[in-house]
Order: sequence, then structure tokens, then C-alpha cells
Amino acid sequence: MPTLELRQVTKNFGAIHALQGVDFSIDTGEVVGLMGDNGAGKSTLVKIIAGNYPPSSGEIRVEGAPVQFNKPIDARQAGIEVVYQDLALCDNLTAAANVYLGRELKRKFGLINILDYASMFKKSAELFEELKSETRPRDLVRQMSGGQRQAVAIARTRLSDPKIVLMDEPTAAISVRQVAEVLDLIRRLRDSNHGVVLISHRMPDVFGVCDRVAVLRRGKKVADKRVDESSPEEVTGLITGALEAA
Amino acid sequence: MSSAVEISDVTEIKEQTRLQSTIANQAFWVTVTVILLCIGTALYQESFATKNNFYNITRNFSAIGIIAMGMTAVIISGGIDLSVGSVMALSAIVAARILEFSGDAHWAIAYFAVFAGLVAGTAVGAVNGLLIAHLKLPPFVVTLGMLSIARSLAVVTSENRVIYQFGEQAGDLFKWFGGGRIEMPWIDGATLPLSNMFVVLIVMALIMAFVLHFTSWGRHLFAIGGNEQAARLSGIPVDRVKIQVYMLAGLTAAIAGVLTAGYGGSASNGMGKTYELYVIAATVIGGANLMGGKGSVYGAFIGAALIFLIRNSLIMFGVDANWYDLFVGLFIILAVLLERLRGRTSG
Repeated sequence: MPTLELRQVTKNFGAIHALQGVDFSIDTGEVVGLMGDNGAGKSTLVKIIAGNYPPSSGEIRVEGAPVQFNKPIDARQAGIEVVYQDLALCDNLTAAANVYLGRELKRKFGLINILDYASMFKKSAELFEELKSETRPRDLVRQMSGGQRQAVAIARTRLSDPKIVLMDEPTAAISVRQVAEVLDLIRRLRDSNHGVVLISHRMPDVFGVCDRVAVLRRGKKVADKRVDESSPEEVTGLITGALEAA
Repeated sequence: MSSAVEISDVTEIKEQTRLQSTIANQAFWVTVTVILLCIGTALYQESFATKNNFYNITRNFSAIGIIAMGMTAVIISGGIDLSVGSVMALSAIVAARILEFSGDAHWAIAYFAVFAGLVAGTAVGAVNGLLIAHLKLPPFVVTLGMLSIARSLAVVTSENRVIYQFGEQAGDLFKWFGGGRIEMPWIDGATLPLSNMFVVLIVMALIMAFVLHFTSWGRHLFAIGGNEQAARLSGIPVDRVKIQVYMLAGLTAAIAGVLTAGYGGSASNGMGKTYELYVIAATVIGGANLMGGKGSVYGAFIGAALIFLIRNSLIMFGVDANWYDLFVGLFIILAVLLERLRGRTSG
């Protein structure tokens, strides 16, 4: 039984059929690349899994049980965390503040609860340590490199110890060296038994880190196979439509 | 346990040393300016460095300072509140009318009048907040409209009169709230008089500093000002926090209003006109960023102090007081210029 399973999911926006009967599944400890050209339906699929909006038809199952996500918080509670493309970080806050944004640690201070800076700094340092990132909890995000920002966004998903992490174009806007850093982060997520869905345009990243690749074209899934049984050339053909299906 | 040591090593590293971050801090430079201005004026005029003048200056900037506490929170959240001057007048008029109506029936009516004034100000803030948070209207336009509406309500409520018949029992108590003083023990063995208004400002500043730094509500304000979308995705109740922050701004304006009415012994519907500009000036001079995500209570406090110190010093130096606004304007532009220069060097 897959950890997350989508069955015959469709999504229509008026006359536009963004997704047409897509099946998709992922297990923990697995990295699946999700590829496709602009407008192929990747973002729509991610948003459905993340709970931004419900599918027009079809169902989502988590560990075999049908679920309904109406808000992002529903998906989070079901063990699905998302690292958004623009990372959704606050530049003006520290790394630790961003990791704990919206779920701050508190301690008792007389009758009220106040922010527990020491614990948040310490625990986020531990998270960065686990991710083998050189990010420092007290640094402002504004002063960080793209790779460090990714580490902050990923560390945030670790707080709830999710089953599945969706990563939307995590390597789109960063330097080559930082890409290697981010791919390492993804491997570490897999090694700690998380399932990772990597949405990416970059062929080398997908073939470097994924176990499996799924290709969307015009709202349909046209391929879903192990990367060692495929090739960048084949996937490129599938994305562009030069190959009908594989 | 070697790994635990490493972790604490990492957490102890700060991006900037304390000295560097102090020099990069706008409020620090405003403080330096305030001190230099004080020293310069004191050397020129003996009457400057007196207890009496300290009492006057601190009382005079307290109303602006109190409102600046609420404005700082609004500006940190990425908003602006132009209605505070009008809200100040409306709250003062509401409190004054209740005192007038009651016909001095009981001293406790003073408390009720203050309470009603504060409720009025907070309610206006709530309307601002609801329009901004739920209808997604721009704060500048909503509060500009409210500037006009609240002023008009103040004029109508007052029947376009100056209200001064506060009565003796309740009225004297009401006047003491805003006009009273406490004698603080001082190093010379005598006492240092502090106006009630200044005491209120200090207490509010301490509370606000605590709230901004130590509560998740304060943290959420900074997050909303930094990246509202990120705050939403993190599950922060953005709309609720926004409504609350405009209510806070209304409340601080109302506090300033009722205290000013008490101090002056009267409430006029012209009270607080153009105060919104001085309040915003104080917060910006103190280092708040009108784009949101940045601002401090101490900065707003020292900014308000500087604005009124300029006026006092000009008078002391015998300069025509009509030049006053020119200097305030210069300091606003200088403050923004300083920030731009620092932004360039730091990255």
C-alpha cells in the first residue's frame, strides 16, 4: 500500500482540463521526479496534493485511507509538507524564526507563554546539523545563499516529521555548487525514510537523485518508470511529445 | 557529547558583532543626535538642563510617543494608519461629552469616560482593520478615508464646540489622569517630577517592547510585514493579526486623546490634526521601514523625543519657531537617506 496515492485525479478550471485522470503514488524512502513542460499540470498536481484546492474528481489516499484536503493545514496534518518554489521565507527574520514560523516554541513566564529563543536556536541548529548544512540559526535569511535558504525551508518541513515532502523547483534559481547541496539534502530526507516528490525542469537533478520519474504532458501522465530504465533523451522526448508514451 | 558542543558553537555565532550591529542601528544614531542636541542646547542655555524643562519636554512628546507605539506595530506589519490624529480627537470628544452629560454625578464617571473614549478609538481601529484584512483594501486609502470620517464624527459629536465643563468630582480626576504628575526620587535628594503622560508612555513602551520581542503575536507581525504570503502559508492567522494591530493603533490614539483632553482641561474637535505625520515621522526616524518588517519600540520612542527636542532647542536658540517643521522634514529625509546608505554598504 503506497504512502500517498492519487487515483484518476482530474482538475478542470472552466473549460481548461488541467489534469485528466492522473494516477500517481509514492512511498516513504523514495524520491520521485515529476517532470513536464510549462502548463503540463505539474503545479496543479502539487497544489491538489498540498491541499490548496480539491480535485474535480478522483481520490487521494494516504496509507490506503481516502482523505479530503480542503486547506493546506489538512495536508500537513496528513503528513504532507511542501517546500514552495519561492520558498515562502521571511527575509527579515532569522533562520530559526523561519523554521518555527507559525509553530513557535514557548515557555512559561509567570502567567503567560513567551517565545523560547534558546530552544528554537538549539533545535534548529540540530536540524541544520542533521541536514549537514552550514546554515546558522541566528543569521537573517536576507543574508543567506540560495542553498542555505533551501536548508531553512527543508528544516521547517522536518518539524512535523512528515511522510511526504513535495519540493517545487528547489534548484531553479541557485548556483551549481548550491544545487549539489540541495540534492544532498534530498538524499538525506530519503535516507531518513521520507518520501520526496521533486518537481523540476532540470534533467541532471532528476537523474542524479530520483529513483523514479513521472512525466506529465497536457494534463495526462505519459510515463512513470525507474530512472535506471530510462534516459534523459527519452524523458525529453516524452516532455515535448516527440515520444507518445513510455 | 562532542556534538552538543559543536551545536552550541554554531548557535553562538552571530552574523554581526554587537559593535557592528549597534553602528548599523538607526536608533543608535538618533540617540547620539539627541544627546549631542541636549549637550549643545544645555551649554548655550542654562534653562535647558533643568528639571522643569525635562518635565515639559517629556510631557510634550508623550502623546506622539504613545501613538507611535501603536503605529510602530502597524508599520512593522507592512501597513500604515493615517487616521490616528482624528481618532485621538474623536476619543477625547467622546470622553468629554460623557463628563459633560453626566453633570458631575459621581467621581467614578471619570473612569467610565476614559473607558468609553478608549472603546471608541479601538472600534474605529477595528473598522480600519476589517476593511484592510477582509476586503483587501490598501491601508493607505482606508485610513485616509477614516482620517476624514473620524474627524467629522468628532465635529458632529462635539456639536462643533470646545468641551470643557467636566465637573468637579469626575472632572478633576479626569484632568489628573492627563495633567497630573508623580514625584520620582532623584539623585540630588530632592525629587524629579514626571508627568502622568510620560509615565504612561514609558509603561506602554515597556509592554510593547515585550510583546514585539517575546510573544508569537509580535513575531507574527514581523513575519506579515516581511512576507505576507509566507506568513499565510505558515498557518499564521494573518487577517486576525491585521485587525488586531489596527485596533491597537486606535487604542493608542485614544489613550493619547483622553490624556491630552485631561491635560488641557478641554476637548476640541481640532485636536491631533496632522499628528499622523509626526507619529509616522517619529517611527521612520527611529528606523522603521514603511515597506514593513522592520521597526522598534525604542526607535519610535527616541524618534518622538528627537522631534520635540528640535522644537525645544530652536526656541532655546532663539530661532523663529516657524522653522520647526522644516527641521522635522530634514530629519525624516536624513533618516531615509541614512538607511539607503547603510543598505548599500551591507549588501
